[in-house]
Amino acid sequence: MRWKKPFGTLAGAAIFLSGLLSGTATAEAVELGYPEKEELTFGFIKLTDMAPIAIAYEKGFFEDEGLYVTIEAQANWKVLLDGVIDGRLDGAHMLAGQPIAATMGFGTQAEIITPFSMDLNGNGITVSNTIWEQMKPHIPKREDGLPARPIKADALKPVVEQYQAEGKPFNMGMVFPVSTHNYELRYWLAAGGIHPGFYAPHKGDISGQIDADALLSVTPPPQMPATLESGTIYGYCVGEPWNQQAVFKGIGVPVVTDYEIWKDNPEKVFGITKKFAEQYPNTTIRLTRALIRAAMWLDENNNANRPEAVKILSQSHYVGADREVIANSMTGTFEYEKGDKRPVPDFNVFFRYNATYPYYSDAIWYLTQMRRWGQIPEDKSDEWYKNLAKRVYRPDIYEAAARSLITEGLAKAEQFPDFDAEDGFRAPQTHFIDGIVYNGREPNAYIDKFPIGLKSGEKL
Amino acid sequence: MTSSTFNTGKIFNWRLQLTSRGQPLRLLNLLALPATGVLVFLLLWTVGARNIDTSLGKFPGPVAVWEQFGALYSEHQRSRDKEAAFYERQRERNARRLAEDPDYEAKIRDYTGKETFIDQIGTSLVTVMSGFLLAALIAIPLGIAIGLSPALNAACNPIIQVFKPVSPLAWLPLVTMVVSAVYATPDPIIAKSFINSMITVTLCCLWPMVINTAVGVASVDRDLLNVSKVLRLPALEHVRRIVLPASVPMIFTGMRLSLGVAWMVLIAAEMLAQNPGLGKFVWDEFQNGSSDSLARIMAAVVVIGFIGFLLDRSMLQLQRFFSWDKDTATH
Repeated sequence: MRWKKPFGTLAGAAIFLSGLLSGTATAEAVELGYPEKEELTFGFIKLTDMAPIAIAYEKGFFEDEGLYVTIEAQANWKVLLDGVIDGRLDGAHMLAGQPIAATMGFGTQAEIITPFSMDLNGNGITVSNTIWEQMKPHIPKREDGLPARPIKADALKPVVEQYQAEGKPFNMGMVFPVSTHNYELRYWLAAGGIHPGFYAPHKGDISGQIDADALLSVTPPPQMPATLESGTIYGYCVGEPWNQQAVFKGIGVPVVTDYEIWKDNPEKVFGITKKFAEQYPNTTIRLTRALIRAAMWLDENNNANRPEAVKILSQSHYVGADREVIANSMTGTFEYEKGDKRPVPDFNVFFRYNATYPYYSDAIWYLTQMRRWGQIPEDKSDEWYKNLAKRVYRPDIYEAAARSLITEGLAKAEQFPDFDAEDGFRAPQTHFIDGIVYNGREPNAYIDKFPIGLKSGEKL
Repeated sequence: MTSSTFNTGKIFNWRLQLTSRGQPLRLLNLLALPATGVLVFLLLWTVGARNIDTSLGKFPGPVAVWEQFGALYSEHQRSRDKEAAFYERQRERNARRLAEDPDYEAKIRDYTGKETFIDQIGTSLVTVMSGFLLAALIAIPLGIAIGLSPALNAACNPIIQVFKPVSPLAWLPLVTMVVSAVYATPDPIIAKSFINSMITVTLCCLWPMVINTAVGVASVDRDLLNVSKVLRLPALEHVRRIVLPASVPMIFTGMRLSLGVAWMVLIAAEMLAQNPGLGKFVWDEFQNGSSDSLARIMAAVVVIGFIGFLLDRSMLQLQRFFSWDKDTATH
């Protein structure tokens, strides 16, 4: 691969154009230059879905791109986001909602983009043993006596009502106000008739507990089991391995996985600032290439590499939980209760089903939930949703990275979406726990379908 | 102003005198009794640990902790091997690129892997010593000035009394924000996290040194002061010849207290601010929640205690070396 100077400097412009120009003409035109910035620091939170970053490092994919990456665990999602914004971190494993909310200005305002979606699924909702015992009578059973899944929040509703009657607040934990977990927990609760509460940022209320039946608050992922154990919260929604950890410690029972709430839901993304992408276009494409290769490795040959990935992740400077805890969900099973281990082959999806392609429709789903729960306080047009999604999600960068991998023979074209035809919107998605269909092209119509939540025209 | 170290020292001396009638008794005191103490402690620890069930398994006993020391060391070894391979790959890559692109300024970047437990110990030690030395540079001149001038003493006293009891954890957010604002270079030579920890340590170990120095200077013997007056020594000479030598014991007492505070503060600061070092190691292990975590934390606790002890001992040796008043430099 010979590097030609003019092409190096033009790479950024060419990539920008590739989004506008159609077809194959641009594919060969770009020869990827050397990275402008070679020493990078990436942040992550101790969760199994940070795997692509760890794998890209351990398998030398970053180094193959000429990138020397330091990977640092962060204390919580706020510290991580601030790190990316103030430049302490060059990029990070982020909640899908974080770049969107930051660009929109909910919380800290900053233009954050994502060229790479990190995984599908991977979360669960766990309740304490006490709550589980109280829920059990309301859960339909299978013939063998085990509870029928998915378990809906209908079974939790009588428990919450009882707490309310006794005047006790029903507290639950999620990891961040704009986290996938917050929206998934809310979705699940609301689908069972439990109101998770509204936000009203225009009135200065960002607690998200207005009209709430269940009071949701923030706890950093690794501290979830300890907080549940101490009785501060009765349940939580978090990524792995912190649900399986509750099973191993015998302190709680995962009732439902996010795979059951919304099959193949987009989860984490890799976030960088817009400034970084503009200043270092080659570096951006190269890190995306490394992450794509890591994701491919993770899903290769029907998850054949997962045991090795588990071994890497269990090292104390990555996720650090016990190997068997991480393996439980990473290798295609999920243990709901001690002894109730069921196959969930797609619990962690890193590459297949185009998991890494940053679909606009995924961003828009998060926006619809932000609107539903009042984080976006007033009505927005369908155009507004689409424009914001296009500012944050950058399939153009992903495409440039994927195409160069295909050119170099490191990947095959059929492993990716058909870039020439792809418009960034998934076909209407049907696999939600409440049966409501999501079409990313019509966000306002989607918001109006929910029995609980703000609808168009409504303002607190 | 006296400190608690004097009292314990005296008690210890008194006990030594009681038993020093024969050699065997002295030997008993020096070796057998401490060894018994340690053994009883290990026994209690083992028995106690067996009876404590945490959600991460049993509380680690001495054996589990000892095994973790081994594991931590072999992790360190593995990391060193990886580091060597990293540099090797980097050299090859640089050579390849230079062949294609002669303008490239090849440089060798530092190893990007994680710090091991042993690296973290080094980081903590460097941080605590830098913070402590910075504090000494400020505190000792300030203490001398306060000790010499009752007016300055009266002026500074309220501030010192208020800031002295402040916990490092209260300072930390302020330090972090100020450092981020003031020290805003794109490519810092010294890491911000290091500066944060260092300044927090400095702020907390400043006060014992200022107070002890001031007290030492203020309580210089009248006769000595009179000598200085008779000789009409100039101000600087007065400080150098009379005040400093006379107050050295108290200054060192202050420094010893400060270093103890500094070490405690540092661990807390590293824990809270996620700055590299032993405190972060403890916090990371707590977050990991693996079945080895508690044993690894306990290993860190032992190391932290041992280093604290060594720091204190070395300060004591320094104190003995510099001090004319051997009474104040006991255990």
